[in-house]
Amino acid sequence: MSLRIGIDVGGTNTDGVLMQGRDVIAWAKHGTTREVSLGIQAVLRDLLGDSVSPSDVDAVMIGTTHFTNAVVQRRDLVSTGVVRICLPAGEAIPPLYDWPADMQACVGNHRFMVHGGHEFDGREIAPLDERELGEIADYLEANDIQSLAITSVFAPVTPEHEERAADYFHKRLPQLDITESHQIGRISLLERENATALNASLAPLAKRTISGFKHALETLNISANLYITQNDGTLMSADYAERYPVLTFSSGPTNSMRGAAALTGLKDGIVIDIGGTTTDIGMLVNGFPREASFVIDIGGVRTNFRMPDLVSIGLGGGSIVRDSDQRIGPDSVGYEIREKALVFGGETLTATDIAVAGGWADVGDRTLTSGIDAETLQHGQQTINDIITHGIDTIRTSADAVPVILVGGGSILVHGDLEGAANVHRPEHYLVANAIGAAIAQVSGEVDHVFSLEGITRQEALLAAENEARAKTIQAGANPETIEVVEIEEIPLPYLPSSAIRIRVKTVGDLH
Amino acid sequence: MWTIDYEDLENIAVGAGILGTGGGGNPYLGKLMTRRYLDEGVRIQVVTADSVPDDATCASVGGMGAPTVSIEKIQRGDEPLVALRALEQYTGKRVDYLVPWEIGGTNSMRPLVQAAKSGLPVVDADAMGRAFPELQMCTYSIYGVPGTPAAISDVRGDIALFPIASSDKLLERYARAVTIEMGGHAGIASPIMSGADMKRTVIPGTMTFARDLGAAVRAAREQLTDPVQAVLDVCDGQTLFAGKITSVERRMAKGFSRGEVVIEGLGDDRGETMSIDFQNENLIARRGDAVIATVPDLICIVDSTTAEPVTTDVLRYGLRVTVVGIPAPRLLKSTAALDVVGPGAFGYDVAFQPLAGVYGSER
Repeated sequence: MSLRIGIDVGGTNTDGVLMQGRDVIAWAKHGTTREVSLGIQAVLRDLLGDSVSPSDVDAVMIGTTHFTNAVVQRRDLVSTGVVRICLPAGEAIPPLYDWPADMQACVGNHRFMVHGGHEFDGREIAPLDERELGEIADYLEANDIQSLAITSVFAPVTPEHEERAADYFHKRLPQLDITESHQIGRISLLERENATALNASLAPLAKRTISGFKHALETLNISANLYITQNDGTLMSADYAERYPVLTFSSGPTNSMRGAAALTGLKDGIVIDIGGTTTDIGMLVNGFPREASFVIDIGGVRTNFRMPDLVSIGLGGGSIVRDSDQRIGPDSVGYEIREKALVFGGETLTATDIAVAGGWADVGDRTLTSGIDAETLQHGQQTINDIITHGIDTIRTSADAVPVILVGGGSILVHGDLEGAANVHRPEHYLVANAIGAAIAQVSGEVDHVFSLEGITRQEALLAAENEARAKTIQAGANPETIEVVEIEEIPLPYLPSSAIRIRVKTVGDLH
Repeated sequence: MWTIDYEDLENIAVGAGILGTGGGGNPYLGKLMTRRYLDEGVRIQVVTADSVPDDATCASVGGMGAPTVSIEKIQRGDEPLVALRALEQYTGKRVDYLVPWEIGGTNSMRPLVQAAKSGLPVVDADAMGRAFPELQMCTYSIYGVPGTPAAISDVRGDIALFPIASSDKLLERYARAVTIEMGGHAGIASPIMSGADMKRTVIPGTMTFARDLGAAVRAAREQLTDPVQAVLDVCDGQTLFAGKITSVERRMAKGFSRGEVVIEGLGDDRGETMSIDFQNENLIARRGDAVIATVPDLICIVDSTTAEPVTTDVLRYGLRVTVVGIPAPRLLKSTAALDVVGPGAFGYDVAFQPLAGVYGSER
């Protein structure tokens, strides 16, 4: 028997599924615990039950918002040295300059600029100077700084100076956690440098968290490979995630959308994930979330990660209903719904109460909603549908009606037709779509380079980029026969009549 | 005369982004470069063009190269000033005033950084009133102030001086070739001119215009009123179309990013289509098959909700956008100007049909 377990560790709940191929064998839901591995253990215990042997589990995939939350809440971040290899360029804006003050305080004021880096065509801006690196190493040692972020100009094209600097620091200070920017992000120095610094500052938390995950598996005698999902819906090994925790940012919504695709077999459509407080609406294109093209702000820090393009709305099962102005949300009773909602004997009128009173949801005690008058009920339903259809309209890309997939615990709120929806799918395991998305995730490889088309043709450059992406996918554990190109993008470099072109290729494949 | 404060800087960045008409680069980095000087208490003074004496010496400064390079290779910061000092040395003149060259996009900010470094005042004017891809597409050149002598400088402080060029178009070619060898980005100082020539040729008031435009948009966002309407009000502009982007095609031609974006109508425009041709900047807007706006009028694509400018490098499927038409400055609409910045200059066999209204700064 070949089984996979997918787990989604959210801020409130830890969800899990046991899957065989595309079939859900079992699912489980527990509250997320402060020590995250405890919640995971509870879920694993439920999933395995008495009948499943831990040795039958081939792989465990975990999606987590733990690291995003750490940044947003400014907790568990450590002092970090931030080195930019750029001089004589780069001085106009020093590292971390545009960070919020409280975020800067978390990582400390340990920023350096040294000579080096490369031009877009691979020439050195200046030679790397080990003497300058030595002075930084002295400083880090004297100030007991354990994490270091290194960013070099045009490192996504030419990582040489980052690699040499990392080697140097590693030899001098073997205990140092080092993040190199070319492993993290794409062209656009400040955003990549920010992400690299965030990653380095998360290093100790990443070690604790990932070893907590591993410990949970060991406790249940599961020896299967552990993978962590990335923001693009694909997997990385647990060891890789331990080194690059920022790559998990925003993986939750991605997993839920991928799960919705798997549950329905649809490759294109709109996914509406309604939780307790918020609704995320995204667009599936060819089985993957459509990505946002704008700068993504995480806890006030600009980054250039690939993130799903989402419309987030303050509507969920716990949203508070105010009939006086026919408004629902954005405030919510959240996880306290089991005490505060009318159907659970509370005093607050929530969106869930409307759905139960209307008879299209069956949660708690319906008789407790008898005080809701017909007009409130009708307005409530109308408002919920208006909010959702406005969200659909914002995200959809053509006037044509599109299939809509409803997932998440709050999806019981939606009743009747949705304008703009060709049809509405409510898959059976809608409660755990996010965990399913994690369980079915593939592995990927991505390349984003500027090619100078001197001596090679555009076709050769495209092929070189694709081959490199394929090699990265295989390295990540893919079966070479399943690899396909999911994205290919060419961006000429404007205002430069030389033949330079930026090529971005992403390939994905199934795990072995 | 006014002194730039933090609010002005934010406002100019937003306004200059919109006036970039899809190109010109994002003013974000320039804003950060300038903000550092405000942090240090440096005063950057902006003076009206009128107040500059005829016999004063003025020079334009800015950056040249690819935005894709400048977002990765952050500048040293004083490249245009190094070029300016070389120009001073060559001509034996001492510059009294800095003049922006291109108010649209990131070049709105570079003169401010140079002013902060040098203590020189900045003239409230520019030579494009928007963004254009090439340096001869400016009112200096159109109205007889040659681009030469010109100087460009890279991050290392290397300098290339162009004492003479037989045309500004050739100066553009040579300077751009050197810019590539300099790593894809350079600071430039050109032209150097008398106060009288500056006043005769510039589009006055554009720094204030960018500031007021940005202020109106930011106020509308904060007060939850319509930021797109705010753009129209300040710019004497009109909504050409509103809808969703359904296709973007890009190709490389002579080193420029050319392409076409197609927008399907929403609301009042439902059932109709707009297509816009761009070459770094937006050039030609068609409703169906009919051309309804052309360069040099400003064709600005902004996010329908926030009025955030959508530059040609981030155009993508699915964005909800409003296309705003802003009438070009008067100086760009003369016969002489249209030869240089009209549709024909970009290879289009289309007549320029001016949009109604008056460019904001000349109200």
